[in-house]
Amino acid sequence: MATIDYPLQEPQALTPEFSFSETLYKWVATVDHKRLGLMYVVSALFFFVVAGIMASVIRLQLAAPLNHIVDPDTYNRLFTMHGTTMIFLVGMPMVAGFSNYLVPLMIGTRDMAFPRLNAFGFWIFLLGGFLLYFSYIGGGGLSGAGSAPDMGWFAYAPLTEKAFSRGAAADYWALGVLVSGLGSIASAINVVATTLCMRCPGMTLSRMPMFVWVMLVDSWLIIVALPPLSAAQIMLELDRHLGANFFDTQSGGSAVLWQHMFWIFGHPEVYILIFPAFAILSEVIPIFSRKPLFGRPAMVGAVVAIGFISLGVWAHHMFCVGMTSWSNTFFAASSMLVGVPTGIKIFNWTATMYGGKLKMETPLLFCIGFLLQFLVAGLTGIMLAVAPFDWQLHDSYFVVAHFHFTLVGGLVFGLFAGIYYWFPKVTGKLLDEKLGKWHFWLFCVGFNLTFIPLHWVGMLGMPRRTFTYFPGRGWETWNLIASIGVLFQTAGILVFVWNLLKSSLRGVQAPDDPWDAWTLEWATSSPPAEYNFEKLPVVRSSRPLWDLKHPNDPDWKFE
Amino acid sequence: MLNLLLQVQVPGVPERRITNIFNAATTPADAERQAAYLTLAVCAAIFVVVGGLIVYTVWRFRRKPGDDTHQEPPQVYGSNQIEAAWTVIPILIVFVLIGVSARVIASVQNASPPAKALKIRVVGHQWWWEIQYPDYHFTTANEIHVPATPDGSQATYLELTSADVNHSFWLPELGGKTDLIANRINYTWIDPKQPGAYVGNCAQYCGTEHAQMLLRVIADKPEDFKTWTKNQQKLAADDPQVAQARDAFGGLACVNCHMIRGTPAVGRFGPDLTHLMSRQTIGAGVLVNDKKGLRDWVNDPQDSKPGCFMPSMKLTDGELDQVVSYLQSLK
Repeated sequence: MATIDYPLQEPQALTPEFSFSETLYKWVATVDHKRLGLMYVVSALFFFVVAGIMASVIRLQLAAPLNHIVDPDTYNRLFTMHGTTMIFLVGMPMVAGFSNYLVPLMIGTRDMAFPRLNAFGFWIFLLGGFLLYFSYIGGGGLSGAGSAPDMGWFAYAPLTEKAFSRGAAADYWALGVLVSGLGSIASAINVVATTLCMRCPGMTLSRMPMFVWVMLVDSWLIIVALPPLSAAQIMLELDRHLGANFFDTQSGGSAVLWQHMFWIFGHPEVYILIFPAFAILSEVIPIFSRKPLFGRPAMVGAVVAIGFISLGVWAHHMFCVGMTSWSNTFFAASSMLVGVPTGIKIFNWTATMYGGKLKMETPLLFCIGFLLQFLVAGLTGIMLAVAPFDWQLHDSYFVVAHFHFTLVGGLVFGLFAGIYYWFPKVTGKLLDEKLGKWHFWLFCVGFNLTFIPLHWVGMLGMPRRTFTYFPGRGWETWNLIASIGVLFQTAGILVFVWNLLKSSLRGVQAPDDPWDAWTLEWATSSPPAEYNFEKLPVVRSSRPLWDLKHPNDPDWKFE
Repeated sequence: MLNLLLQVQVPGVPERRITNIFNAATTPADAERQAAYLTLAVCAAIFVVVGGLIVYTVWRFRRKPGDDTHQEPPQVYGSNQIEAAWTVIPILIVFVLIGVSARVIASVQNASPPAKALKIRVVGHQWWWEIQYPDYHFTTANEIHVPATPDGSQATYLELTSADVNHSFWLPELGGKTDLIANRINYTWIDPKQPGAYVGNCAQYCGTEHAQMLLRVIADKPEDFKTWTKNQQKLAADDPQVAQARDAFGGLACVNCHMIRGTPAVGRFGPDLTHLMSRQTIGAGVLVNDKKGLRDWVNDPQDSKPGCFMPSMKLTDGELDQVVSYLQSLK
């Protein structure tokens, strides 16, 4: 009989070969939190490179006064798209990517609470990004005016209204960002549900890794802060297409209303963006110092406090719009207060390193860069919170320097630390340490070369968002230095990309736990299997792997 | 590139100067500078202490070659006393800064205008400034003349609004920004102590030519200011030598957008040109207001200010000469 004679199949290889279409299908149709997390991070890195190229053209234009490398409209589109991309298509997917990949592993579960919502979130985010960039083709609209949006990432009314933004570019901005925002909200709901409902046995909230705590607060902040922006964007579309006149000053609308709605989202947003870096530092610094996070309860308290206070500081972006002296004083006070919990975080990270044995490898280098640069960003933030000082500094290059110290010197350095730290877990390969050090030093020097001088030109009266400037106002030399810094940053990023490609293709095989770490993701294989853990772990302290490795001196004895 | 390094004056570009926010020339700017100095001192001290601590920690506890890699350091989980200290001390610092901010905010924002204060209304337009002197009944553009008194006794109060999108009034030496927003009137005040020309930019992004929306305040001695206002109140000069040029100008489309008081040119869309030659620059600070600058500007404004709303009128050389000679008579 044929059934008997039928030859036995060869035993399957451990890593079966898939054809291209099978691989593609696996990625497109996946609901696995690790694949989605990875796709978030890779798309964010792609948009990071795009936005970086835009920034380089901006710096090339500003390298000398009265430069004509790009015309004014092109320049205005560049800074609008650079800002929008960095915030919504780099920062936000990085939040989603890191939390998606790591939260289930760290709390010892097999996937997110809503895997299909997770996939929806990623694809709708990507659609939003492409919709925004499609404006370069479709932005002209029927009236043929312009291409991509040129009204700044903050899209102040009434510049976005039909009278001042013809064509469809403003619509692409509003709808692209709205749609990608839906993805962020979906992912945030998922993270909150997962952390609250799916922690492994023994993992109480007080034992949850600091990374997960920060991501929990971050996701809660997204759920609270993003809807006002979505509402404002819908109102803007109603204005533009149905004559609603919310923000249309020419029909009695209010330009200041847009600013309130935008910044009620916009200020919590910068904390939403920086929190992943806080989360990463809170994991990397202890491991590379070989000490537990100093003052863990205070760190949790600080991040919750920042979350709450950040909802009440938005109008410090509006000290110049003519609010009453009482409002200005209130928002100056609340903005300065947010510095207190932020200070606690910096102090506690430093105290974690104090008395440790610091392994000076790339992830820690990026953390140290973060600490010093974020300290500067925090202090310039205090200067901007002093409303009378802000009247001078607002909308000048000082502000550009301040928030790039926050979001590049802080967030991007933190993300690099995270990528170097978790790359072995995700790919099973180690990143090249030597290239990593090159990446760090080139990027660090370039970053500071670019952004330190911008503080000075701001104090010399150079306004933001200007496509060129006249000579003789003391801005030329600083601007040239800032542009030279871009060369170093670019070199750093090239080394980084080369390192990623080289190490993932031909890197050294990584052990499951290359850093001798203490959280659960290092207890499974590298890369983790689709189900994460063969058997769900049971934990007794906030450092479960420490307990395993030091049975004579476990953490749970001190809880 | 050579211009850049030597900071040589580029021909045709109006004389510029360094506008440092710490060169305070008015009472509000001085109050802001005091707050700024205190804030800078506090922040510098924090930077030295905390930054020093971070650097010291990294240097002292870095792993050196030959260190025992197997022995873990003592596991310290926290310290209530230390953590309380670095919570309370920042709170105290913050309260000092809040107090200083509140005092300066009130002193600048809640100052009430003295009886003899000059009132000026500034209307922002896409890429130029309309300046109205309601007490004197005239309108000018882009350059604001105010009296300068060493004791600040003749302060100038400005009402700010916009005809289109948001703009922001900022001359760093005269004080911080106040936005110009349509459907809304904002207020600010200046009292320059020294006569001189102060330079500023529009500080709120307002579209294509935001970068080239410059603003000048010219602080005059009180007697010079009086002379200037007397001249501005007059109708446009009617120089018989340029009668032909005046008629030629009247026949061109210029009159649809520009006002020249006392002539058929009654447009309101562009700057008032009645006393054009009393201004130092044209195109909101883009070109020097001399014969060459005027000619270049009228010939093709899009060349020096691409995207601005004044089109190139495609005038012949003859027409251009006539327009420029007429404009030059508008003293």
